[in-house]
Amino acid sequence: MPTVDDVLQSMDYGPAPESNTHVQNWLKAHEKGFGHFVGGGFTPLRGKQIEVFNPANGEKLAQVAHGTAADVDSAVAAAASAYKLWGKLSGFERAKHLYALARHIQKRERFLAVLETMDNGKTIRESRDIDIPLVARHFYHHAGWAQLLETEFKGYQSLGVCGQIIPWNFPLLMLAWKIAPALAAGNTVVLKPAEFTPLTALAFAELCTEAGLPPGVVNIITGDGETGAALVAHKGVAKIAFTGSTEVGKIIRAQTAGSGKKLSLELGGKSPFIVFEDADIDAAVEGVVDAVWFNQGQVCCAGTRLLVQEGIHDSFMRKLVKRMETLRVGDPLDKSNDMGPLVDPIQLNRVRAMVSRGEEEGGTLIQSKCVLPEKGNYFVPSLFVDVEPASTVMRDEIFGPVVSAMTFRTPDDAATLANHTRFGLAASIWSENINVALDAAARVQAGIVWINSTNLFDAAAGFGGYKESGFGREGGREGLYEYLVADWIAAAPLAKASKSLSFNVSSSGPKASAAGVDRTAKMYFGGKQARPDTGYSYGVENRQGQRIGEAGLGERKDIRNAVEAAVKASAWSSVSAHNRAQVIYFIAENLSARATEFANRLREMGSSASAAKREVQTALQRIFYYAGWADKYDGHIHSTNTKRQTTLAFNEPFGVMGLACPNEAPLLAMVSLAFPALAMGNRIIVIPSQTQPLIATDFYQILDTSDVPAGAFNIITGEGNKLAKILAEHDEVAAVWYHGDAAGSALVEKAASGNVKSTWVNNGKFVDWHNLSQGQGPEYLRRATQVKNIWIPYGE
Amino acid sequence: MLEMLRKGAEAGHSAFARNLGIPLALELFEGHQVNTSAAERRAASLITRRTMKKEYQAAWLVKAVQCIDLTTLAGDDTPGRVHRLCAKAMRPLRDDIVEGLKLSAMPKVGAVCVYPSMVSHAVKALKGSGIPVASVATGFPAGLTPLALRLGEIKYAVEEGAAEIDIVIFRSLVLRGEWAALFDEVAAMREACGPAHMKAILATGDLKTLRNDYKASMVAMQAGADFIKTSTGKEDVNATLSVSLTMLRALRDYGAATGFDVGFKPAGGLKTAKDAMNWLILMKEELGRRWLEPDLFRIGASSMLADIERQLEYFITGRYAALSHQPIA
Repeated sequence: MPTVDDVLQSMDYGPAPESNTHVQNWLKAHEKGFGHFVGGGFTPLRGKQIEVFNPANGEKLAQVAHGTAADVDSAVAAAASAYKLWGKLSGFERAKHLYALARHIQKRERFLAVLETMDNGKTIRESRDIDIPLVARHFYHHAGWAQLLETEFKGYQSLGVCGQIIPWNFPLLMLAWKIAPALAAGNTVVLKPAEFTPLTALAFAELCTEAGLPPGVVNIITGDGETGAALVAHKGVAKIAFTGSTEVGKIIRAQTAGSGKKLSLELGGKSPFIVFEDADIDAAVEGVVDAVWFNQGQVCCAGTRLLVQEGIHDSFMRKLVKRMETLRVGDPLDKSNDMGPLVDPIQLNRVRAMVSRGEEEGGTLIQSKCVLPEKGNYFVPSLFVDVEPASTVMRDEIFGPVVSAMTFRTPDDAATLANHTRFGLAASIWSENINVALDAAARVQAGIVWINSTNLFDAAAGFGGYKESGFGREGGREGLYEYLVADWIAAAPLAKASKSLSFNVSSSGPKASAAGVDRTAKMYFGGKQARPDTGYSYGVENRQGQRIGEAGLGERKDIRNAVEAAVKASAWSSVSAHNRAQVIYFIAENLSARATEFANRLREMGSSASAAKREVQTALQRIFYYAGWADKYDGHIHSTNTKRQTTLAFNEPFGVMGLACPNEAPLLAMVSLAFPALAMGNRIIVIPSQTQPLIATDFYQILDTSDVPAGAFNIITGEGNKLAKILAEHDEVAAVWYHGDAAGSALVEKAASGNVKSTWVNNGKFVDWHNLSQGQGPEYLRRATQVKNIWIPYGE
Repeated sequence: MLEMLRKGAEAGHSAFARNLGIPLALELFEGHQVNTSAAERRAASLITRRTMKKEYQAAWLVKAVQCIDLTTLAGDDTPGRVHRLCAKAMRPLRDDIVEGLKLSAMPKVGAVCVYPSMVSHAVKALKGSGIPVASVATGFPAGLTPLALRLGEIKYAVEEGAAEIDIVIFRSLVLRGEWAALFDEVAAMREACGPAHMKAILATGDLKTLRNDYKASMVAMQAGADFIKTSTGKEDVNATLSVSLTMLRALRDYGAATGFDVGFKPAGGLKTAKDAMNWLILMKEELGRRWLEPDLFRIGASSMLADIERQLEYFITGRYAALSHQPIA
């Protein structure tokens, strides 16, 4: 130890280790290893096991069970059994349990922080000041929701057993994000922590017992991807919530397709960090530190694409490079360190390989000159300059302390570069000009936008991404819906197969009526009628099996053309909601004028006169309903936990949506699906009833006369499931709704895994489109939007 | 010329070129942005990012003692009170504490800071100690007396023997954006100081916005301030970490543009050993090791010293110390 006189010369900080005695004692008490936490107790440890290491020094901390399908089975059984009681508890009772969990976490906050640091490698400052306080906050916040659920989420119910799979970067925080809302909503859970970092989840299991949580409400199964796959595949699980890589997220989407399981995915990112020339440069430099060198850069929403306006690039970089030099990397239990080791040697090697790739591709690597400890998975804070949009380090998620920088010229340029990515998780925007900042926030395609800040989190705000960063939100009001189902959906019966109508491409019988001029139903996209690309049509029959006309046999290229038209019609998404309402009202007006004609068409297709009239009238009412909603489906201002800060949750349209309509109620069902999507600002490609498409093709004449912008509403007729699959596979389509049979539902969900589209399928269930609580409602609007949370700290 | 000075500044540890100021350069600050929330976040997180233990903590506390401008600026100051303060300045720690810390010598505070009419008493009391006497001047604390009188007050204090002059700026000039007038006034004050080092008090509690703090810092430095100082101790809000952070960033930007190293002095409201540590951490993180010496960093305080003494006693004995056991200033 140097003398006081020595330190007066050096003015070094010196070592400041956080004591880990309590955690060491706990680990020693569990030296024989941890079984799974099932039904309120730990199972005996047997079979395959996983060793858990301290990433700071490679020492073994513990061994845990490697969960098998049988382990998952018993955990799901325990959760299902507990659900019978838990799901029926009053909101107040559930609230008391969640409150008790929050209290117990606070009582053990330092223990949990130290354990997290030892298991994950994050610095004690972060686990102590960020992770664990947020964990407690999440349980407090959701204790409130548990109680308010009955009144605030009328018409919704819990799901049952939720399977939850969390990553290793924020182990206990991700557990809280998963478990708190699930329990608040009345579900029970089986949670699998990451194989690298299972220890805080196991400590939490002990807390559940201490806090008196009923056995089986929370079950923890440790294991690796194999264990996770067993959980995903389990038939007793009603919902899967996954946070992790986009790669695994896609696999889970494909694997759960058609299972009826609800799914939320919080995946990867390559988030832009945009610095405009009128920003507070010093603040933005600190922002980069908090964005990229927080948690060693192992953060899905890390702002790793640094976009700096050209005029300030040099001065910004000078300051940033200088700032890198004061980052301290070392023992994460040392209270004066800014960065610890990466979680595992595997991750370290991955980061090293990505960085080498970046250099090979011509990037200039600037690294902090800090000296790393000899042992442990450390990597120095790193910055790439001279990189292009096509560079691997600019494109792919590194998940390490590496940021790649580029310049931009104008706000337009910034928005283009920011959105030029597969991902859409977060964005950080730095400007002191409110116009510049809010404009960029509106234009960036991301679920979370931080203005003049970065990596702010709170239980009251939703977290989740656009595009291949996943779907669903965690936190806030919007996050609760991921753990609930609308009563009418839960109660929907399986649809009976339609007997009288068949889809018959080769139908060639005589027409039921040959009077009048022959009409040709076409496709409709880009505001124009068009013949099918293949040149084929198919015969359309009425319920009596008589031929009433032909419809175009849509194919791959028709979908392509329609999507292209919809992509171009982006103005529909940005016009004022009032304008959209005006157009939708005008559609209703024109349909009303031709109500008899449409009723006649329905009669021709086999409806009774009264049924036809009723369907047209209900369709009219429904269009009015969504015209009314167009400017009223407001977002929220979340009460996030910081003074002088507003967090705006916007309901934004997806962009381009595909809508596959069922065979029943061909006019009403189409209207019921098309208009909520349209009202929210989506441009849509409608696949009408395959057996009764002529009512839809009549409908484009209404569109033509109602000021609907070209490309906002497109109609492609043909074989429903085939076209739905093509739509679901299309990477420019952001969301797909499907109504049809169970097989088609599975097909769409599976195909949607390609770009992790949001999907809403009926799983072959029947919807009574005439019923006002089924055929319409805010649930449709919610499904037609994605929530963007914009965080705006303010103050002078 | 600037280049030469810059080299001089970089070469020496203790010897460096005094800030000569530059002609008023609006472009160095006019468009400058400061985001208040971000500055507050940085300030709040910075002090949670570093901590010192044991010998390190003791040394940092001794360093704080060396940087204190031990101050009395009260209406009831008397020669006797100033004499007592000077005695404390020369022996800020008890002998047994110095011994317990194994220090090679009794540390000395950075300066003793008094009103102009108390300067001669302080000079006399500190004779031979090497501790400079600092005097407030220019109509402290409001700074609203006529310029000629303000300049005359500086000259008086220097003639009485003050080696450092803590001037206050005319806040109206900042609030109205009259930068050239502010520059001229501060430059005139600097000239009046002659060989005495000038600390420019911005009274940030009156300036209200961090943007104003940055701009006023820049003008004061361009006009030749040797130190920039946050507060008189008489404003509603005294030194805060976010204000200090903003001023340090100005200081850094000025250094990058001119090569001059300018000192920093937070004052008012710094009362505890923890405050001392927080500001030392801020200095080291934002400006580096060089700014942890009394020629570039001072803490304006009166009661802080006693709290530091208690902490040091605890370090040596392991027992919590009583305030009454520390010699009173």
